[in-house]
Amino acid sequence: MIERGYYDGFGGAFLPEVLVATFDELEQTFRAAKADEGFWQEYVRVMSTYSCRPTPLTFAENLTRHFGGARIYIKREDLNHTGAHKANNVMGQGLLVKRMGKSRVIAETGAGQHGVATATMAARFGFKCTIYMGEVDVQRQRPNVFWMERLGAEVVPVTEGTRILKDAINEAFRDWVTNMDTTHYVLGTACGPHPFPEMVTYFQSLIGQEAREQVLAETGRLPHRIYACVGGGSNAMGIFNAFLKDEVELVGVEAGGKGVTTGQHAARLASEDGSVGVAQGYKTFFLQDEDGQMMETHSVAAGLDYVGVSPILASLKQSGRVRFEAATDTEVVEALQLTIQKEGLIPALESAHGFVQAFKEAPQMSAENAIIINQSGRGDKDIFTVADAFNDPKWQAFIKAKAEAYHA
Amino acid sequence: MLEAYIREQREKKDILLMTHIVLGYPSFDASLEIVHAMVEAGVDLMELQIPFSEPIADGPVILHANQQALASGAKVQRSFEFARKVASRFEIPFLFMTYYNILFKYGVSGFAADMKAAGLKGAIVPDLPPEEGAAYLDAMQTHDLAPIFIYAPTTPEERMAQIAQCGRGFIYCVARKGVTGKKTAFSDDLSTYLSRCREATNLPLAVGFGVKSKQDVDFLKGKADIAVVGTQTIRIIEQQGIAAVKPFIAQLR
Repeated sequence: MIERGYYDGFGGAFLPEVLVATFDELEQTFRAAKADEGFWQEYVRVMSTYSCRPTPLTFAENLTRHFGGARIYIKREDLNHTGAHKANNVMGQGLLVKRMGKSRVIAETGAGQHGVATATMAARFGFKCTIYMGEVDVQRQRPNVFWMERLGAEVVPVTEGTRILKDAINEAFRDWVTNMDTTHYVLGTACGPHPFPEMVTYFQSLIGQEAREQVLAETGRLPHRIYACVGGGSNAMGIFNAFLKDEVELVGVEAGGKGVTTGQHAARLASEDGSVGVAQGYKTFFLQDEDGQMMETHSVAAGLDYVGVSPILASLKQSGRVRFEAATDTEVVEALQLTIQKEGLIPALESAHGFVQAFKEAPQMSAENAIIINQSGRGDKDIFTVADAFNDPKWQAFIKAKAEAYHA
Repeated sequence: MLEAYIREQREKKDILLMTHIVLGYPSFDASLEIVHAMVEAGVDLMELQIPFSEPIADGPVILHANQQALASGAKVQRSFEFARKVASRFEIPFLFMTYYNILFKYGVSGFAADMKAAGLKGAIVPDLPPEEGAAYLDAMQTHDLAPIFIYAPTTPEERMAQIAQCGRGFIYCVARKGVTGKKTAFSDDLSTYLSRCREATNLPLAVGFGVKSKQDVDFLKGKADIAVVGTQTIRIIEQQGIAAVKPFIAQLR
């Protein structure tokens, strides 16, 4: 094992022996790419021609006026190809897959965004593609399943365990330990065994690099605070990374679900329920019982519904560099509604968690202070969940009519 | 200690048999009955798996057994009580098999101390490579327990030698890539791999993953010291009941 990747005691590489050689190969390929200036340039070129980079930083004038405090800026990762920051990491890892000469990619997905992004990358680069997705998520994110299949990926519903994101990760690992000679596992977030947390952060750090330049150009100074939702932690690490050494307060917002005291949430860092453990190949805070069995998590946002969190964020929590908060399902739907009405923007339910906390704090800041919210993805994928949350009668009538038409 | 037992038994037998059960599946009472049947059928050592919610090295059969055991309330403490009971009742050595979080959450040194007190002889922790196992290795050494490490067909020779330095008792050679319970080709490739394993260590070799018939066990004679039968006995119990365990094991060798 070449290197194990620890962040103040979090992280590591708790690997089954059969995968050690595969991780060594990945580590070497990643190191070589990182050392090669041309690689980053190639990556940025792909992202500016195949996706929409640099994504804009939008001044949310109406929300700013509404809250009457800080000037609110929104980093528009929703404008990436496939509608989320997931595209960044996926295209980056795709370039590494080419370097390794592998012909197949696999991935886990929760909300389906990472799965769709991986499927587009596979189509573009000519790789075979299998996506593992918990059965519960297949149900709640059908449109993304449809697109993954159209893109030529095989979508495997995972019926074991809690049937959500963590179970999809387990199944992807089971595939990988069998097919590692031909296959790369495109892990979607800054979690898992080394070098994934570092590698995913590296590709996502483009978000913060751009945001830093953009906010300086726009306001002439650094922002006061930055807000990002935290599932595994890749969009948060992506925007935070460029500001770690600055005097900028960084706020990660986890899924508070039905409330952090209800046991039905996914707040590993912002609740009292998380504790340090080792699972899925790395050490971090997990929602687990006293025996170390992983618990069920809950969130309205499938992409945040995960039992562990980036080991880099765990270390930043421990050092106090990042503050962690939680937003409940109800607050998230309210913030989403307000953002749609005031700005005509449709953040994903995941991203809306960051908006909740920013909206709570913006009124207490002055107009001198700029804040940035990372809109990690767009919300139109969530149409079924959001329509349910809004209890929209016209949508219900449409679905009924549609179902009848299929019956005919 | 464990190694001495294996060498002693090997003088009498061409190959030893190790079986694997998931504790609390389908119940702790059934687990006890299964151990009893296996010992009567002549198995030489046994792995007792403490169920874990994320068993990433296990295939569908053992995964399902883990989840069912947990759903019926299998706790770590209960697994220790069970281990103590079988270790005092039966002569053969028993090992714990589980994932690292179970030890980590329990406290690694307390876990080893309690293993010793329960009469266990060693442990297999498939998601703990030696590089991550400093605390575990210390604790196992303190209590004179065998940390069993794993070779895979993807392990280079140099690394095999390093792993051998950390392991005690025996080395568990995974017969192929993949998870437990899938088909293994008992072929020339496997023989070549096993001779690489033999070159790399003086410790006895156990071979598991996909071993399910007398033919497979015969293939391993002369190439390894222990044949490990895991998933297949669970399948047999699921399909034919506990009464089928003894005849199945008895005909393997």
